[in-house]
Amino acid sequence: MRAMTYRGPYKIRVEDKPMPRVEHPNDAIVRVTTAAICGSDLHLYHGMMPDTRVGSTFGHEFVGVVHEVGPSVQHLAVGDRVMVPFNIYCGTCFFCARGLYSNCHNVNPNATAVGGIYGYSHTTGGYDGGQAEFVRVPFADVGPAKVPDWMDEEDAVLCTDALATGYFGAQLADIAEGDVVVVLGAGPVGLFAARSAWLMGAGRVIVVDQIEERLELARTFAYAETINYTQHKDVVVELKRTTGWLGADRVIDAVGAEADGNLVQHVTSAKLKLQGGSPVALNWAIDGVRKGGTVSVMGAYGPIFSAVKFGDAMNKGLTLRANQAPVKRQWPRLFEHMRSGYLKPNDIVTHRIPLEHIAEGYHMFSAKLDGCVKPLVVPGGD
Amino acid sequence: MPDDRPTERGTTVPYTADKPPLPETPDQLRARIPGWGADLDPADRPAVPREVRGLETGAHWELPEQQPEHQPRERSVEHARLTPVFGTSVPLKGLSGVVRRYAYRRFSEARAAHWLLLVAADRVDAVESHLASLATRRPDDPVTQSGVLAEAGNHPVRSRAGRTDVRHQVLDPVLVVGPWVLAGLVVYRLGRALVRRVRT
Ligand SMILES: NC(=O)c1ccc[n+]([C@@H]2O[C@H](COP(=O)([O-])OP(=O)(O)OC[C@H]3O[C@@H](n4cnc5c(N)ncnc54)[C@H](O)[C@@H]3O)[C@@H](O)[C@H]2O)c1
Ligand SMILES: [Zn+2]
Ligand SMILES: [Zn+2]
Repeated sequence: MRAMTYRGPYKIRVEDKPMPRVEHPNDAIVRVTTAAICGSDLHLYHGMMPDTRVGSTFGHEFVGVVHEVGPSVQHLAVGDRVMVPFNIYCGTCFFCARGLYSNCHNVNPNATAVGGIYGYSHTTGGYDGGQAEFVRVPFADVGPAKVPDWMDEEDAVLCTDALATGYFGAQLADIAEGDVVVVLGAGPVGLFAARSAWLMGAGRVIVVDQIEERLELARTFAYAETINYTQHKDVVVELKRTTGWLGADRVIDAVGAEADGNLVQHVTSAKLKLQGGSPVALNWAIDGVRKGGTVSVMGAYGPIFSAVKFGDAMNKGLTLRANQAPVKRQWPRLFEHMRSGYLKPNDIVTHRIPLEHIAEGYHMFSAKLDGCVKPLVVPGGD
Repeated sequence: MPDDRPTERGTTVPYTADKPPLPETPDQLRARIPGWGADLDPADRPAVPREVRGLETGAHWELPEQQPEHQPRERSVEHARLTPVFGTSVPLKGLSGVVRRYAYRRFSEARAAHWLLLVAADRVDAVESHLASLATRRPDDPVTQSGVLAEAGNHPVRSRAGRTDVRHQVLDPVLVVGPWVLAGLVVYRLGRALVRRVRT
């Protein structure tokens, strides 16, 4: 089968790989019909995630058709159209039993601090991902769900991560009616978080980024006010000014490890890999939120230390909340919102890339060329 | 020196108790934004509270069956056992495999050495793999693999206008091509030394 294959930082190609096999009785093999590239994949692509092995296949956002099932699979059958949450999880460990699906203890031998994720290095369990024709899906009775017939294929892909994550991020921010919410980052996660903040009753939503096409989407798709941080000498002061010198009630970090806006932080982390991630956005969040406020961290950081301004968080009495999103827990309510017309996820899809051209797709998304916001990957297309 | 910036008129928050007024009322927001307030009640938010017991997951086991371990699988020393399920992509091999195995065996996730060794092993892996690829019918090709061919036709200049990340994007080609140039130099030097040796 054809699969995206990592060849080292900034380098990928498509290779013929052996078909994935059922390795556990509750595995399924899924033939991927649409996948996506995520901002998280860029951290792998840039070589920032420890134990990312040459030869591995990325991709944790995908939908497809069940091709084969293991002997203990009860809820899926060959031919079912399925959407697969990016989390791999067992459903019954201490953490899954409490709804912490993204923190499953039974799927990742490589680390206890991280759950299982498809195509996301050995630090999340060493699974191959879905930017390929076929993919192994463990715990087929737990993670995947049949795509409802009213749901569009592209909307379904966005539900497997970006939309669910943005929605989850807004919930972690503990938004109350009338709160001023700042979202750092206008990528897919930030856009969906901004949109979701309104569902929770935000009184103002302000999105910060530096890329004009994305800020435009923040205004039109997410109905938000925007700040282009390159146009301010100090964006924290601007956040204070625009909130009447109070600071935002809630800030959502939807940027993560490769944050820009401070050359030293960016270069020491994203380029030189000396930090687990560039904490520029996280520090802006800590300094831009009001005392007693909440910072919700959706941006992903690696397991190595980062230069976070923890003293400010402590002295300001902040609540810091974070996690990988437990995707499937969000679905029933998200689906209601989609059916009510409150959310139309694929409005932010900008590019559809054939699997064979995925190297160019990564470069375009990474360098943010051609207004690329959310690229999908289509196996077999050309 | 006294601060001579003008005090903003009307600026009383946060020096007094009330929040600054919002630009729009809830009714205006509801009219403008689809679904505004649909999840106002925390009871409607699926992630609240964070921990809940008794969710239906579809699992029909207490502890999942063990996936067979066909070759020794590295694991964190903070795990009491091999997890019931694990990924089998790219097993450990070569020098990078030795470093990775050592990082897993020797250091917990709490130790910086654990992660820094894994990052170092990633760099070793890339070099090993590039060299190995030279002996295959499909050697690594930094041009097609880096995707730079996507620059053409995708507005490389306009897309980057006004962005601060352009300042360090110039480092990307150095990171991609640099090691090849270095390796080329080393090979050239070695080759030259060898030729000299043979001649004398
Ligand atoms: N928690 C989760 O479950 C989860 C799931 C998916 C993605 N993520 C993470 O969320 C983050 C965003 O994902 P995405 O797909 O939207 O990525 P993306 O790369 O498309 O978006 C990131 C955006 O942040 C902007 N940015 C950079 N520095 C900034 C700064 N200092 N201030 C404000 N904006 C800045 C960039 O211009 C870009 O538009 C990534 O770190 C990703 O790994 C987390
Ligand atoms: Zn993702
Ligand atoms: Zn679990």
